[in-house]
Amino acid sequence: MSNITNQTLSELIKNIKSKKISSTEVTKAFVERSEKSKKLNAYITDNFSSAIKKAKNFDEKPNFELKLPGIPIAVKDLFCTNGVKTTAGSKILNNFIPSYESTVTQNILDQGGILMGKLNCDEFAMGSSNETSFFGNVQNPIKENLVPGGSSGGSSSAVAANLTPVTIGTDTGGSIRQPASFTGTVGLKPTYGSCSRYGIVAFASSLDQAGPISKNVKDASILLEVISSFDKKDSTSIEFKRNQYSEELTNNIKGKKIGIPKEYRVEGMPQEIEDLWRKGIEYVKECGAEIIDISLPHTNYALPTYYIVAPAEASSNLARYDGVKYGFRSPGENLIDMYEKTRSEGFGEEVKRRIMIGTYVLSSGYYDAYYLKAQKVRQLIKKDFDEAYTKVDAILTPSTPSSAFKIGEKTNDPVSMYLNDIFTVPVNLAGLPGISIPAGTDQKGYPLGLQIIGKPFDEQTILNIAYSMEEKIGFKNQITDWWI
Amino acid sequence: MTIDLKTVKHISKLARISVDEEKADKLAGDLNSIFDFIEKLNELKTENVEPLTSIAETTLRFREDKINSQNIREKILKNSPDENKDFFVVPKVVE
Repeated sequence: MSNITNQTLSELIKNIKSKKISSTEVTKAFVERSEKSKKLNAYITDNFSSAIKKAKNFDEKPNFELKLPGIPIAVKDLFCTNGVKTTAGSKILNNFIPSYESTVTQNILDQGGILMGKLNCDEFAMGSSNETSFFGNVQNPIKENLVPGGSSGGSSSAVAANLTPVTIGTDTGGSIRQPASFTGTVGLKPTYGSCSRYGIVAFASSLDQAGPISKNVKDASILLEVISSFDKKDSTSIEFKRNQYSEELTNNIKGKKIGIPKEYRVEGMPQEIEDLWRKGIEYVKECGAEIIDISLPHTNYALPTYYIVAPAEASSNLARYDGVKYGFRSPGENLIDMYEKTRSEGFGEEVKRRIMIGTYVLSSGYYDAYYLKAQKVRQLIKKDFDEAYTKVDAILTPSTPSSAFKIGEKTNDPVSMYLNDIFTVPVNLAGLPGISIPAGTDQKGYPLGLQIIGKPFDEQTILNIAYSMEEKIGFKNQITDWWI
Repeated sequence: MTIDLKTVKHISKLARISVDEEKADKLAGDLNSIFDFIEKLNELKTENVEPLTSIAETTLRFREDKINSQNIREKILKNSPDENKDFFVVPKVVE
């Protein structure tokens, strides 16, 4: 079986259930390919030998009722995994072994999934190119020296390169959708409160959500069904009736109203993205959906709002890394000196920059001018969406303002790096679900994505729209295995 | 608005991150370009807008006051940077 790693999640599930292939064969195939793909630097920690052992156990006593029967899955290294090192891409956690499991990864294990390893990411999920990881750059399988996006860059690279059938990332301002767009994969950020944040290394708690990255929409719906659950251990987890997303998936979107926000036509956006967007509009029309022009007037204020709210929450969340109870410690002359040296040496430049921004906007005398102001603008941004959703069922936009860029191209200019998330950030601020699907390529042959934004808790509608668009688009990722 | 070296030093103190002279200079530059970008929010009038503090419109749930975790003391202490099987160890704080 040479082509195991090319198969989608749903094909693998079908073939394992019908006993055409065993979990061991599948796991070994992905492990072998992952081992041959070290050049991509997608993994921080591998769990290969344990995974193969678990696969053998599964085959001895298979349970085909499970949703992920013996399926090996590598996950972003931001999810705490019991007994398996969890670094968040940071030196400050480079020796941290959790004694508990995140709810989302537990859900995967409970449904028969097997942990194959921990995937590279920007340090504490702060970045849009995976270049802030303490463990080095990740290569985009599309082409050498191209970033895979971020912060879930190891995850997007691993799915696009067939190192794992599917994966989970986290998305605070676009960290699932932007890397999916850069690698020709599907990335879904669920509604805030849909997937538990318990056991996910916290970045900005009011924005963070876990979600799937996959080869296609069907696979994303299968994984969402597994990971989305109400969890008492997360105080912002929301109890609502969750769909059987994959079973209810349909390409019938007749009569759905889809909004096109004029504010997303940003200055300097390449013509090819504009064209792709127009094509996307044609596709959904052909599927019987109705197009409605809408306005989201505060779109331009989303990024500045995000760069107050997210760093403020991060500065508070990251206060726990002080070298006392776990992680890296740099010895000091006294306690304060130890704190300052530990944090100075343990955090990378981008993380320190964001902690400093956050500390400043929360500091005495500046709180009202920055943090409170940003919370008020966040309200306006959310109201824009509330208003739009009185007229439409979903919103269609580009996923990113450009395709993947070269490694090193934007590292010296934080603001230009931040602009990558211009189309994804508003969705996090408003707590909405959003999905990016590959919709074509630019002149250089690099993938470009389109984003569908939904109403709160209406993942099913955006999945259905994505599913019907996917059929029309017929996108095939061009991967040459240049790194093997 | 400009963030000068003195402010950078002050923030670094609050954030408990030591910053050397050379880095402080670069950091001041970076922070200024980021704050220039953030200033855009001042274009908006927000006097009568309620701040959005949580997107999840739920009130915090109460739970029973009962211990759920097993005895994980050893496991927790294993991650301690300064090895000691009974306590977390820090530099001397009381003279």
